[in-house]
Amino acid sequence: MFLRSIHLTNYKNHADRSLAFSRRINCFIGANGMGKTNILDAIHYIALTKSYFSSTDQQNIRIGADFMRLTGDVSIQGHDYRIVSRQQVGKRKDFSINDLPYRKMSDHVGRMPVVMIAPDDGVLISGSSEERRKFLDNTLSQTDHEYLEHLVLYNKYLDQRNALLKSMNNGGRHDTVLLESYDEQLVRYGESVYRRRRQALSDLEPLFAHYHRLVSLEREQTSFSYDSTLNDTPLAEQLRDNLPKQILLERTTAGPHRDDIAFMLGDTRLKRFGSQGQQKSFLIALKLAQYHYIRAHKSFHPFLLIDDIFDKIDGERSRQLVQLLSGEDFGQIFITDTDEKHITDELGTGAGLFDIYRIP
Amino acid sequence: MKYSSKLIADAVSEFQKLPGIGEKTALRLVLHLLKQDKQKVAYFSEAVNRMRSEIKFCTRCQNVSDHELCDICGNNMRDQTQICLVESIRDIIAIENTNTYRGTYHVIGGVISPIDGVGPDQLNIPGLLERVQAGGIKEVIMALSPTIEGDTTIFYISRKLKDYDVQITSIARGVSFGGELEYTDELTLGRSIATRLPYENASIKSS
Repeated sequence: MFLRSIHLTNYKNHADRSLAFSRRINCFIGANGMGKTNILDAIHYIALTKSYFSSTDQQNIRIGADFMRLTGDVSIQGHDYRIVSRQQVGKRKDFSINDLPYRKMSDHVGRMPVVMIAPDDGVLISGSSEERRKFLDNTLSQTDHEYLEHLVLYNKYLDQRNALLKSMNNGGRHDTVLLESYDEQLVRYGESVYRRRRQALSDLEPLFAHYHRLVSLEREQTSFSYDSTLNDTPLAEQLRDNLPKQILLERTTAGPHRDDIAFMLGDTRLKRFGSQGQQKSFLIALKLAQYHYIRAHKSFHPFLLIDDIFDKIDGERSRQLVQLLSGEDFGQIFITDTDEKHITDELGTGAGLFDIYRIP
Repeated sequence: MKYSSKLIADAVSEFQKLPGIGEKTALRLVLHLLKQDKQKVAYFSEAVNRMRSEIKFCTRCQNVSDHELCDICGNNMRDQTQICLVESIRDIIAIENTNTYRGTYHVIGGVISPIDGVGPDQLNIPGLLERVQAGGIKEVIMALSPTIEGDTTIFYISRKLKDYDVQITSIARGVSFGGELEYTDELTLGRSIATRLPYENASIKSS
């Protein structure tokens, strides 16, 4: 897969900008606040129909403008696609591929897979379990359309069931038949989500171990531990047995919405210890594992976006990383850095492998 | 907008409360009525008035009716052993217009959605159970929206009916007639493949 060019109109701080890309490594160089990251974000948007950073679509429109538009020309396995997304202030966005508008944004997810490595990835280690579930959901949504569907249905049934628990706790009738209707659907979709997450984690583990060795230059054993309420007891049983407690708490206490992953380094959870550098190489390895997991499922290279590539990693490790990225295991890559010399030092100028774009 | 007559303003604001009517459309309707004969406008308001105050709801199926029983429940030519379960009166009108259904209906008035404060008690489900309990019903056809809420309602009602000797069916879901496969969304197409039918049944039979 190859992004030939992109055109940004009123996207974040870019009023009007066109860029054409090389097939391999594309570097955006510029001072802070110039909008390098926003270009990566625009590529992310083209790939997944939304910004990596903004929580609402409205935030993507340049301040003072009343609409934004993104156009991307992408080649996938010999076929050319033009992606256009337009959004007006206060309206719903539209998103089309070769002039055919998508009815549901989720239909696009997975067609143009993407992996983003950003400085705020640290939340994967330090943040709440929701961050780690999001990582798994992001990975699986791009490779398994049914997963995304089942996850969405699971969450909708869960919301309805929690509303029912709430009404039961506030004097509403204890309608066991209705509760069972929800339980049956939750079990159906929840078990499916659980099985797929479990499989994905066990597929990611060896890829991760491989890249962790390469990036961190350490020999320490790494592993994932999938903490799910479904590991030992079937969901149906837990939904039934803890009912009084669930009514009191007004929420469903078991299910994949409570899943977590523990990242292990040797016998210890990474959360508790680990230097900044250790965590950074851990996170990069995790994202590279995600990249290769998706690649294996799609049989073509996803886009790899790396924001602030040399953030928090020392010289030796960054050389190692650059060497890795220049290898044949990777496809089209987009990276940002503030210092051009930094990049040319690490990549070497003669390789012909990368193009530099100065922003602005 | 400003009006030189409070009578006009009041009428506009009443029309504006109707679904799909904005202020400009409301004004257009009011000015149109103003041009009509007084007698014509009286007929108009009389019709609206009587519609609301004299309408009955069928005691059996909750369809709108001029009598105790609606024209469908009271019609011996209709198959009184078949009940088609629908959310609203609009669904009855839609199904009647297909001219393919000869049974009766039952309006439950919505679908179960605890988030919106709609539980089984807010719906006309007891009425349905009574009809089935009374006997003589062979089939209940679920014609609810293919949403999570619709599915939950179908599941709930079928559980409530499981001890009765009555067949429960659901309207088919899948690729729309005259639609193109290529443009059908994956969820619908996937289901259509999974719940495919033997070819003889796929063509529309007249009943």
